[in-house]
Amino acid sequence: MSRARANPVNAAAMHGALILYTLIALFPVFVILINSFKTRRAIFREPLALPDADSFSLIGYQTVLKQGDFFLYFQNSMIVTVGSLGLILLFGAMAAFALSEYRFRGNMLMGLYLALGIMIPIRIGTVAILDMMVATGLVNTLWALILVYTAQGLPLAVFILSEFMRQVSDDLKNAARVDGLSEYTIFFRLVLPLVRPALATVAVFNMIPIWNDLWFPLILAPSEATKTLTLGSQVFIGQFVTDWNAVLSALSMAILPVLVLYVIFSRQLIRGLTSGAVK
Amino acid sequence: MQIRRVRWHIVVFLAPAVLVYTTVMIFPLFNTLRLALYSRIEQERVFVGLDNFRRLFLDPVWADQFWNALGNNFWFFLIHMVVQNPIGIALAALLSHPRLRFAALYRSAIFIPTILSFVIVGFAWKLILSPIWGIAPSMLDAVGLRALFAPWLGKEEYALTTLALISVWQFVGIPMMLIYAALLSIPEEILEAGEVDGITGLAAFWKIKLPLILPSIGIISILTFVGNFNAFDLIYAAQGALAGPDFSTDILGTFMYRTFFGFQLQLGDPHMGSAIAGAMFAIILVGVCFYLFGIQTRMRRYQL
Repeated sequence: MSRARANPVNAAAMHGALILYTLIALFPVFVILINSFKTRRAIFREPLALPDADSFSLIGYQTVLKQGDFFLYFQNSMIVTVGSLGLILLFGAMAAFALSEYRFRGNMLMGLYLALGIMIPIRIGTVAILDMMVATGLVNTLWALILVYTAQGLPLAVFILSEFMRQVSDDLKNAARVDGLSEYTIFFRLVLPLVRPALATVAVFNMIPIWNDLWFPLILAPSEATKTLTLGSQVFIGQFVTDWNAVLSALSMAILPVLVLYVIFSRQLIRGLTSGAVK
Repeated sequence: MQIRRVRWHIVVFLAPAVLVYTTVMIFPLFNTLRLALYSRIEQERVFVGLDNFRRLFLDPVWADQFWNALGNNFWFFLIHMVVQNPIGIALAALLSHPRLRFAALYRSAIFIPTILSFVIVGFAWKLILSPIWGIAPSMLDAVGLRALFAPWLGKEEYALTTLALISVWQFVGIPMMLIYAALLSIPEEILEAGEVDGITGLAAFWKIKLPLILPSIGIISILTFVGNFNAFDLIYAAQGALAGPDFSTDILGTFMYRTFFGFQLQLGDPHMGSAIAGAMFAIILVGVCFYLFGIQTRMRRYQL
């Protein structure tokens, strides 16, 4: 390490490699975004040029907003994501509290049972999930998606949250018990605020896969009224394959919300990933 | 015998999670495996035992597609293992260098593809690699490699590898982050002790750091395995349910979707779809067990 510090060539090589990979990572996103603001001719003539006064055009965005109900899709995605995250955090934290706080028969077994779902993807059960949603009339409702994502997110949430809850001091909880607080008050007023960083980690981990999922919206809620943004843009782009302006604009509009979420939460996400929460 | 008081609050705390998890995840999982043992013959659901699996593995109508999808899936996984993980480890090694400037910036930028949906990634690459638009050929032209260009997504022999590489491009951020975390958790003293013995730079990476991060590499491998064997979205977004050209990019996820839902003139068959899900379940289970009992328990863990 001391050698690397003394050697500027080494540092330059490291930056060179990282810059090269950063360019590879960002190039496709950049190309899509700049071309969505160009006229059709400019898209084909100079795909790598930035839009200028001559080539600037919003025609693609106009088509998208006229043809697709992107605000509705966005709203659906929001409802599903926020709803599932709320339930994952609430139910997950409650179960994690029960497992980490109380000794009871079957505690270990219950923990193992809930952990099964960390490794087994919920998609395997799709056929029966669709059957069940049809039977209960939940098919083509946002509830179907919220329930599936909640079930999918719970195992890892319980696992991470119970690790964190074991670290909450026992003295604190026992002092509260002596003061006559109920177990529910201890959980909601005392423990939940203390594990807020862990809750944020769980939320950020679950947020992106839920927002981006294509499989379950396609199978459980493909109706026009319940399309999520991911499914909506997939269908829209499929219909407009030859209208490059519209396709590029639709892609940009799908990229934007995720990018905004990422800018807001990237610190939390990276801290969560690197804090060893998934070890 | 003394009657123990039921502590109801434990039940209340556990009930919602266990209920949702059991009804929406565990029960359908087993129900799907059960459905795989039935078949619909003249509008009647008939118990056929393992016949669906026999057809899936042996009957030419199904077996050709199944083995094709399974083989493709293994190739898809192999590309991830030999391309994604080494690149991720290399990037993490660079980023964890103690005096690197802008590390946070690189880290955040390289992670961006991972947060995008498969739909965006699939279409974006489809456009970029498209011979009509010409970004890829003209960029190759600029470095004098024009002759190398081919419509990669449209050729049977390249399409699957191309899609696997696109997926690698998207997910390289995950191994990068996890390995980065593992590298940061190596105590300074160990590296300094190595330095005293004259082990620095690359040698320090191979001889000290790599053995210490092996458990993380194991976790990444099993995550990649599970992720690849229930992959679907990218192939569907880029190539459609038929996983063209001529099924050359068909993997188990797209095969199951087509079978279960039907496409064009073929009607959907939930029972054969369940049988495919059962096969996927078995493969993932074998992989996870192999990791848990074969690798994880044998891996030397160094007390840090």
